[in-house]
Amino acid sequence: MTPAIAQRPRDTAGTRLITHSVAERGKNVVSMTRRDLVHISREPMQLSDVTIQPVLFTVLFIYLFGGAIPIPGGGSYTEFILAGLLALNLVTSTMGTAVGLATDLHEGIIDRFRVLPMWRPAVLVGRSLADLLTACLCALVVAVTGLAVGWRTSAGPLRIIAGFALVLFFAYSLSWVAACVGLNSKSPESAASFGFIVLFPLAFVSNAMVPTQHMPGWLQAIADWNPVSAVTAAARQLWDNPNPSASIAAWPMQHPIEASLAWSVLILAVAAPLASRYFRRRTTE
Amino acid sequence: MGDSMIEADGLFKSYGETRALAGVSFSVPAGSVLGLLGPNGAGKTTAVRILTTLALPDAGRARVAGIDVLAHPAEVRRQIGVAAQDATLDGLLTGRQNLVLVGELSGMRTGQARARAAELLEVFELADAADRVVKGYSGGMRRRLDLAASLLTWPPVLFLDEPTTGLDPVSRQRVWEVIRELIGSGVTVLLTTQYLDEADALADGIVVVNHGQVIAEGTPRALKERSRSAHVEVRLAEPGPRAAGVIAPLVGGQVSVSADGLRLSAAVDSAPGLATALVRALDQAGLLVDNIEVRQPSLDDVFFALTGAHIPGDSNGSQATQATAAQAGPGGAAERVSEGAWT
Repeated sequence: MTPAIAQRPRDTAGTRLITHSVAERGKNVVSMTRRDLVHISREPMQLSDVTIQPVLFTVLFIYLFGGAIPIPGGGSYTEFILAGLLALNLVTSTMGTAVGLATDLHEGIIDRFRVLPMWRPAVLVGRSLADLLTACLCALVVAVTGLAVGWRTSAGPLRIIAGFALVLFFAYSLSWVAACVGLNSKSPESAASFGFIVLFPLAFVSNAMVPTQHMPGWLQAIADWNPVSAVTAAARQLWDNPNPSASIAAWPMQHPIEASLAWSVLILAVAAPLASRYFRRRTTE
Repeated sequence: MGDSMIEADGLFKSYGETRALAGVSFSVPAGSVLGLLGPNGAGKTTAVRILTTLALPDAGRARVAGIDVLAHPAEVRRQIGVAAQDATLDGLLTGRQNLVLVGELSGMRTGQARARAAELLEVFELADAADRVVKGYSGGMRRRLDLAASLLTWPPVLFLDEPTTGLDPVSRQRVWEVIRELIGSGVTVLLTTQYLDEADALADGIVVVNHGQVIAEGTPRALKERSRSAHVEVRLAEPGPRAAGVIAPLVGGQVSVSADGLRLSAAVDSAPGLATALVRALDQAGLLVDNIEVRQPSLDDVFFALTGAHIPGDSNGSQATQATAAQAGPGGAAERVSEGAWT
């Protein structure tokens, strides 16, 4: 064998500063994001919740329930439901963040990261960015499926993009909550149950699938203050789609764009620092 | 202690009720290899985890490359390479992607990381498998890739935690060759192992740990001498009735002779130069020697002498030791020849 194994060439990474520059942090995040995307490409079924599920839900809701649900104030259910389907699919897809992090912690690879002189939060930030990219794919699938089954909007391109961006931003902030769950899970399987116990009720007890006017009073109060309702109403408003919540007095329903931005910022501001604290705790022994 | 690259000083560590380390101290001089030897659960891995910044001790101090591990863990990480007991690789990435990722996360430029990865894949004979997903690698390939990952940034201090556990003899041999290659290049190595012959073959010094405490330390040779259970065997070309009488005074004890009178054996205190003295004495007595072998005690013998117990769960340990020793590479064989056997 050659002396190449151990001979360090002069003038390479040896004695360097310990603090990570912004450029170094960015590079670490890019590396981790790329790694997480490679993971997804290796197991394409992981993507089923952002590819197959949106198509399935769209068809189910529009053809099974569409005819049975009247929209207060009128309008087509297909045009009403699209923002709701986008919110539903993006909210439930954040489960992937919880499972992905729980899997990383479960396997030996986390010890490799921990002995490298890397910027450690890159493990979390890279994961959240990879999941944001899959969320964008999910949004695209929802939009294309919607267009195929008759969803239309008269809004201009900027307002259309703003609607998608608002929902994606909310999903991104929610993925940090999912990260907290994943970092506290004993196994990837228990992280997955988070989706069914928390995310599905969160998505369903809202105006996403049905107008809240038909709900019992106490449930409607919860639904109208559910951040998912604000996000969905904001998208409907931006897309000029039927938005029955506009006639509800609750503040978030009157100001859905401000409310959804406020919720997203608040959730992010709480969950992101919490996630990095859990990460530090989980990787200390 | 200015010259030691790794220092553990009174390390204590408990996991819940289990006390993993109960005051372990040792140091590794720059450029040398220390074998941390002990049975399963002795505390070896815990000591390595503390020294590599993965775990915090309950008490005690640790320094690596002169840097306080507790005070400046990030700085320590720039000086070390770690090959952990459970290969810490990403099963869904290819071998090459694993190495490039490690390089990038260590601060190398991507191009540099790629070049270095290609070089190490070649060295570790993984070039053909480089673009396959690691999940499909054999145990030996994983270990070699893990070693490659630990060497990627040319670290001056290397931690190898049971680098050959679970490997077949051929893979084990290849890992030994790689480690021998490192030795002498100035790298300081802490090697943990439950294989006695491994510490013997690779380490300059050995620290024996059991139940979280250091129970002995010294050179492999010194430890063997402590156990005083070497064994000498002489084979004559033709039966020589006088032979037993000739060697008896040299071995200082009972000499047993085989039925055909060709083979003589005796238990001896391990003594340098004994083989030479025996050959000379037999030669002067006009006896033709076919073969003479001083079998050094195995480190299992040492462990037995130190603790009064054999290595737990290692009933066929001595057998395995023999088998691998027989396959030892040129370095190992040369060492044994100089210490024992002539033809």
